Amino acid sequence: MRIGVFICHCGSNIAGTVDVRAVAQAAKGFADVVYASDTMYACSEPGQEGIIQAVREHNLDGVVVASCTPRMHEPTFRRTVERAGLNRYCFEMANIREHVSWIGKDTERNTIKATELVRMAVEKLRRNRPLTPKRFDVTKRVLVVGGGVAGIQAALDCAEGGQEVVLVEREQSIGGKMAKLDKTFPTIDCSSCVLGPKMVDVAQHPKITLHTMAEVESVSGYVGNFQVTIRKKARFVDWEKCTGCGLCMEKCPSRKAPDPFNEYLCTAPTINIPFPQAIPKKAAINPETCIMKQKGKCGLCAKICPVKCIDFDQQDELVTVDVGAIVVATGYDLFDWHKYPQYGQGRYPDVITSLQYERLLSASGPTGGHIKRPSDGKEPKTVVFIQCVGSRDRSVDRPYCSGFCCMYTAKQAILTKDHIPDSQSYVFYMDIRSPGKAYDEFTRRAMEEYGAQYVRGRVAMIYPKGDQLIVRGADTLAGTQVEVAADLVVLAVGVEAARGAAVLGEKLRVVPDQYGFFVESHPKLRPVETNTAGVFLAGACQGPKDIPASVAQGSAAAAKVLALLVKDQLESDPQVSRVTPARCVGCGKCVQTCPFGAIKLVEDRFGNPKAEVVETVCQGCGICTVTCPQGAIQLEHFTDNQILAEVQALCPPRIRVNYAS
Amino acid sequence: MPKVAYYPGCSGQGTSLEYERSTRAVCQAVGLELVDVPDWSCCGSSPAHMVNHVLSAALSARNLDLAHSLGMEVVATPCPSCLTNLRNAAVEMEDEGFRSKVNALLDRPYTGAVDPQSVLQVLVEQVGVDEVARRVTKPLTGLRVACYYGCIMNRPPERMRFDDHENPMAMDRLMEAIGLEVAPFPLKVECCGASFGVPRGDIVMRLSGKLLDAARGLGVDAMVTACPLCQMNLDLRQRQINAALHERFRIPVFYYTQLLGLALDVPRQELGLDRLCVDPRLALGKIKAPAPVQ
Ligand SMILES: Cc1cc2nc3c(=O)[nH]c(=O)nc-3n(C[C@H](O)[C@H](O)[C@H](O)COP(=O)(O)OP(=O)(O)OC[C@H]3O[C@@H](n4cnc5c(N)ncnc54)[C@H](O)[C@@H]3O)c2cc1C
Ligand code: SF4
Ligand code: SF4
Ligand code: SF4
Ligand code: SF4
Repeated sequence: MRIGVFICHCGSNIAGTVDVRAVAQAAKGFADVVYASDTMYACSEPGQEGIIQAVREHNLDGVVVASCTPRMHEPTFRRTVERAGLNRYCFEMANIREHVSWIGKDTERNTIKATELVRMAVEKLRRNRPLTPKRFDVTKRVLVVGGGVAGIQAALDCAEGGQEVVLVEREQSIGGKMAKLDKTFPTIDCSSCVLGPKMVDVAQHPKITLHTMAEVESVSGYVGNFQVTIRKKARFVDWEKCTGCGLCMEKCPSRKAPDPFNEYLCTAPTINIPFPQAIPKKAAINPETCIMKQKGKCGLCAKICPVKCIDFDQQDELVTVDVGAIVVATGYDLFDWHKYPQYGQGRYPDVITSLQYERLLSASGPTGGHIKRPSDGKEPKTVVFIQCVGSRDRSVDRPYCSGFCCMYTAKQAILTKDHIPDSQSYVFYMDIRSPGKAYDEFTRRAMEEYGAQYVRGRVAMIYPKGDQLIVRGADTLAGTQVEVAADLVVLAVGVEAARGAAVLGEKLRVVPDQYGFFVESHPKLRPVETNTAGVFLAGACQGPKDIPASVAQGSAAAAKVLALLVKDQLESDPQVSRVTPARCVGCGKCVQTCPFGAIKLVEDRFGNPKAEVVETVCQGCGICTVTCPQGAIQLEHFTDNQILAEVQALCPPRIRVNYAS
Repeated sequence: MPKVAYYPGCSGQGTSLEYERSTRAVCQAVGLELVDVPDWSCCGSSPAHMVNHVLSAALSARNLDLAHSLGMEVVATPCPSCLTNLRNAAVEMEDEGFRSKVNALLDRPYTGAVDPQSVLQVLVEQVGVDEVARRVTKPLTGLRVACYYGCIMNRPPERMRFDDHENPMAMDRLMEAIGLEVAPFPLKVECCGASFGVPRGDIVMRLSGKLLDAARGLGVDAMVTACPLCQMNLDLRQRQINAALHERFRIPVFYYTQLLGLALDVPRQELGLDRLCVDPRLALGKIKAPAPVQ
């Protein structure tokens, strides 16, 4: 092999603490290296041209670049060597930035370490062979999981881009949290007026298939070729026929079913359409409270239904779809504030969450948009808002800021004044975080125009006195204790990962962070991609996000999907496992161990069982290679020989040591 | 029969004699044997721990060691202040450096390994609320009370490890077991002003006054405590509080052991009801005679 080595300065990022010239000089002495030089920015246009020129001038057939992490620029340099006429797998990268210059200050020792990493890369490259990717057809359909505003946006944009969309939502209607909100900051426009039309578009778009009361049961396959099974939960109503007339809801005698849409502030009829703008507008029966399902009597809804669509025997249904890409938009859930003993742990009915307050404000809510407190239905005159409940608090393992509660608290204070002009709001806060466009102006309006009293400090306890609640807290600016006698207390509860996110993440091979939010591929440059090709993120499932940010991400994820599905065929990564049939004894251990089902047993022409890897399915994880007792299965470009060669490059065998004494 | 070492504490010899005596009588009535720590001495609670932690720990350590010599795993004390000091000493003695400083003050090195608990905790955990209820002969129905735990019995939670530190229920449950109606008292673990009694009486007036006010708001006939200092502030000082705040509180403040004693029908002279400053007779008069057994 004729190898060229290029040592990158990365400006001063690497050259600051690594003697890059010395590394290049040393590389000239390595086996098969015929050319070595340093370069200012290897990834820049002139940097890449330099590599191409060197390949041509020195007739190179392999290239090592020693620079940054391969996560970003390995694809860049593979394209470079390809443009120079080489196979793109005749290339290796040594990471001397993250692994050397950024973590050590000692130039001399850094230089030694960088040199050793380059030596390893050269030894590995000497054993690379040219690889050619396989091509496979792409399924032109996308699955969107979660029908909040982020998922809705992604679904509509994909559909508008001409792709077929399957939207799966766990609840009975799409809309997510936004459908529960009254008005939205910073413009105070009505939430359902802006969201409603988008929901209708979803229902009417010919390219969108909507499954609600449904969840992803299992996923197999890989980018361009996923097979997804969806479980549609029994709803005991034939939705093909149901017209959403709502007659059943009026007649149902069992009216004490829990009402999650109204955040459990009230109860609902057992056969129910959660809210007037629900999409799809179809009734569903809650089997837990249905008299027919529990006791075998009643059936009033079946009698009253004009189109006879009640079906008490309906079962869960499994639907299978093939898709080429997946967008995860499962949103968030709210912190369980009962973990804080100081807020009464549910003993005081007039301590409610911010989302419950949205329902009290909403004209379609349980009080018809009149603010009435839960205990006695009275209109509160003094409302205390407590921010950061379950956010920015390490003691409950929630050290992060939930991002949008400062803003919605200001909104709720403004709306309180609008609803009850002689009311007074108090807001206990830690800091005001309102960095969006027109956001800080908005929180100031709450204080200056709407007279909300902002108290900087935490609340230590809430206790009842008469029919009021005494809220005791610190005023850290005045350095005193304050007590406010409140009629209603609203907790700005923090944002958590959606219930069940971990299970879904496992099915989709998307990693959750330590708090359960899905991890993007790169925090700056790949914000909606995941580390599983073909799976994208949108909205608050990736971290707390308000509506504008969630919508932007929904569109961004759709753009990524469209860019992927516009291709008819994709290339698979050829760095996958390969079986040497002569060595394989057909024990099948690898078949059992492969987490992706990429290995099957076939018969050779003598009828002996042999393992065979399906190249487009294999993810190159390497588990099988360490399982095979015969060493018959090897991962291309990570063969045992290559790894040993790297180790030897790093720790050359010293015979003297072994025979020393 | 459960058996624990017993550390009475100094206030039980004076200001809270009735707490001490009723505690002993009640434990006997429910079959909990208390074995006195022999030759016990001050735990170092009030003055010592403000001045010198090593001295204060040494005083506690001496008593813990004596309790240990009885071969007992738990030493119970009625007083939350003693409890705090004993518990603090027991935990801090786990640190080797600290222990050697304390040992230098002791006649013999500390062996530890005894867990200080409140009598309340022992009653609830080792005897059990159901067992107490079973032994009740004179249920106190008709009386409505508020249980006040004081600020140190359950806090800091990681050290005291007993009951909920914001909303403890142990005493509530015991009082319910003997037939009382227990109001949900929201200021259960608020500070009464405790040791500010002497230097800053005004603070006690304000804080204890707030407790009495909250109790009155719940329409209770009496308050129930488990702490000599709380009891003193609320009961002995109730007249001062009335004068300072222009109030007219007349709320008797019992030790929970006094009420347990009544329900378990222990001899009256063991309960020291006559030592209470706010006359409890009006409240006690509300107790309904039990319905005749059919
Ligand atoms: C009280 C309150 C007030 C707010 N006010 C405002 C405001 O005024 N302005 C603003 O910009 N933002 C506001 N927000 C924030 C806003 O709610 C979020 O920005 C927005 O809802 C995020 O949208 P999303 O689609 O990412 O998530 P979500 O709205 O949470 O939607 C996620 C959807 O996915 C579904 N789902 C979850 N898991 C699964 C699963 N496993 N399978 C299938 N489906 C699943 C859920 O049922 C849900 O429908 C407020 C939030 C709160 C709590
Ligand atoms: S059968 Fe069930 S859902 Fe139908 S009306 Fe009766 S209780 Fe309601
Ligand atoms: S009565 Fe029938 S058609 Fe009308 S909403 Fe109910 S189930 Fe649907
Ligand atoms: S946005 Fe505001 S209220 Fe919400 S967690 Fe952050 S600082 Fe607290
Ligand atoms: S490397 Fe082996 S175990 Fe991993 S996906 Fe490929 S065939 Fe399966």
